[in-house]
Amino acid sequence: MQCGDFRVSYGSDERIFETRLPVVGVVVLLAALAFVPLFAGTYWLDVLNRIGIAIIGAIGLNILVGFTGQISIGHAAFLAVGAYATAILGSKAGLPFWLALPLAGVLTSLFGLVFGVPSLRLKGLYLAIATLAAHFITTYGIIHWESMTNGVLGFNVTPASVFGRPLDSDERVFYLIYALVIPAVLFAKNLFRTRVGRAFIAVRDRDVAASVIGVSLYRYKLLAFVISSFYAGVAGGLMAYHSRIVFPDAFTLLVAIDYLAMIIIGGMGSIIGSIYGAVFMTLLPEVLKLGATSLTGVYPNAFGLIASARDIVFGLAIIFFLMYEPMGLARIWERFRSYWKLWPYAY
Amino acid sequence: MTEHFVFLLQLVIAGVAVGAVYSLMALGFVLIYKASTVVNFGPGELVLFGAYVAWATILNMKLSLAVALPLTLVVAILLGLIIERGVLRPLIGEPIISVIMVTFGVASVVRGVLNMTWGSDTRPFPALFASEPFRIGPIPISPVHVWSFVTVVLLLAAFSLFFKFSLLGTAMRATADNQQVAQSLGVSVKGIFALSWCIATVVSALGGIILGSVRGGVDFSLADYGLKIFPVVILGGLDSVAGVLIGGVMIGVLENLSGGYLDPVFGGGVKEVAPFVVLVVILMIRPYGLFGRVDVERV
Repeated sequence: MQCGDFRVSYGSDERIFETRLPVVGVVVLLAALAFVPLFAGTYWLDVLNRIGIAIIGAIGLNILVGFTGQISIGHAAFLAVGAYATAILGSKAGLPFWLALPLAGVLTSLFGLVFGVPSLRLKGLYLAIATLAAHFITTYGIIHWESMTNGVLGFNVTPASVFGRPLDSDERVFYLIYALVIPAVLFAKNLFRTRVGRAFIAVRDRDVAASVIGVSLYRYKLLAFVISSFYAGVAGGLMAYHSRIVFPDAFTLLVAIDYLAMIIIGGMGSIIGSIYGAVFMTLLPEVLKLGATSLTGVYPNAFGLIASARDIVFGLAIIFFLMYEPMGLARIWERFRSYWKLWPYAY
Repeated sequence: MTEHFVFLLQLVIAGVAVGAVYSLMALGFVLIYKASTVVNFGPGELVLFGAYVAWATILNMKLSLAVALPLTLVVAILLGLIIERGVLRPLIGEPIISVIMVTFGVASVVRGVLNMTWGSDTRPFPALFASEPFRIGPIPISPVHVWSFVTVVLLLAAFSLFFKFSLLGTAMRATADNQQVAQSLGVSVKGIFALSWCIATVVSALGGIILGSVRGGVDFSLADYGLKIFPVVILGGLDSVAGVLIGGVMIGVLENLSGGYLDPVFGGGVKEVAPFVVLVVILMIRPYGLFGRVDVERV
């Protein structure tokens, strides 16, 4: 009888799905998602859209932080560059979304390349501080390049349009977002079955050892920044198309911390974990809102406390996960699954 | 003296004063880093906490300053103990990303609790120092700046004497130097971690009180001052107490000068970003700062 992690070939080690059941599950989930806009209300569609965007952004950050070990507090700046690039290319230059979005991704990648240069000299907390500084410098640049960005006010974004039909409602943007979430997840999942992905992991685990076995730190660190910021650029672009307005306050340092929290809570170095984290962090304020709504009868002030309650719950969640489950929700699910798989044996 | 020169001197004086407060806040950061290699990414919230507790005790509960000030510091010490015992101690030896994120988590909780208790409106803060400016020659100097500078220098002097001569201070230096040796000589290293957090919360609270009375009010934007300590500590050296004072004053002067001279050129806000530009430059050419230990890990 097989127990624990039992593999006899490289093929089985690299397999994405270990059993048939998850394949069925994913297919059913995707099929269900395709029909969601038909009956979901605007509120839940909006939440789902934000979850989709967060998934792409969180996977991007996880590739950089969770898989390559380069701590970045500058993710909000990447998102901002992506959003502004999309908005400017789409609304001011009049490009269609299928050009604006990838171009924004490429531009953000170039930006990430520059952002990543300090990582060649610094690591750990010094890199974290450098990215923090880069975040503020980027924000400053966005606010003060008024001819392009319209400063603190931001500007409205022309909705993306497919065959002349503007994607100006939540259900239409939904399809755009999830049409990109699927390749984003697939690409990331497959990236770590390739030479490049394994090089990233080697850099994370021990950079000196990685360079000794021939992994070019220079190349792979910058590549991690490039791929990660491409994801962030696309996520930012989707944000622009989703909210149809871009303004600097949507990309504060707190957004970067939110994304870091997503990958910590979901699971660092886990693609599925990024998805769990994105879902968790997006639903958290909504659940609090629901809770507050049901409490208003008893305690009329409840609604005013949401913002601070969110801060507290958010902070406690980070602290809780770091103390008790540093591998995040992905590991919790794994443990739960293997418990039932092996039951009644311990292992 | 020309008008131009007066303008320059005014900027420098205001910069030195605000820089001194940065030094005070950065001292807490550096102590924590030296003792336990923990980087506190929520220094602003500690400042905020001190300022709000001081506001609550002085203006809300109407206690006299002689009672309110020690009370604030005691509450700050309690906060330091709670953070260290409750959160940081279980994470000793964890990867750096965990420690960084947990300080973000703590900051978020502190901010949430403050917001829930007292709301986010701007609160008037009592002016602890006289506000009528006096003149030295043609240069108007506001006493607030002088007093905050003097207070900070006195506090930093007191702390350096403490580190130099007291038993606890020596133990702190020993821990910073080598944890294992310190422990083998009977120093309670965990106790030192806790002490460094308590000192950090206390100096941050003092920084918050001084900033609050300089600005005449406290609100959540005070937390942004906390982030200014990153340029300060990187410039001065992450593990250098002397670097804190010089780094703080230099960053304070630099941001005021850049604000005064470059704002008209770049259209405002240079003051906020200039310290971070300096930070990146220093990280690229001299990551250990002016006075830091040179064994910084390089890639």
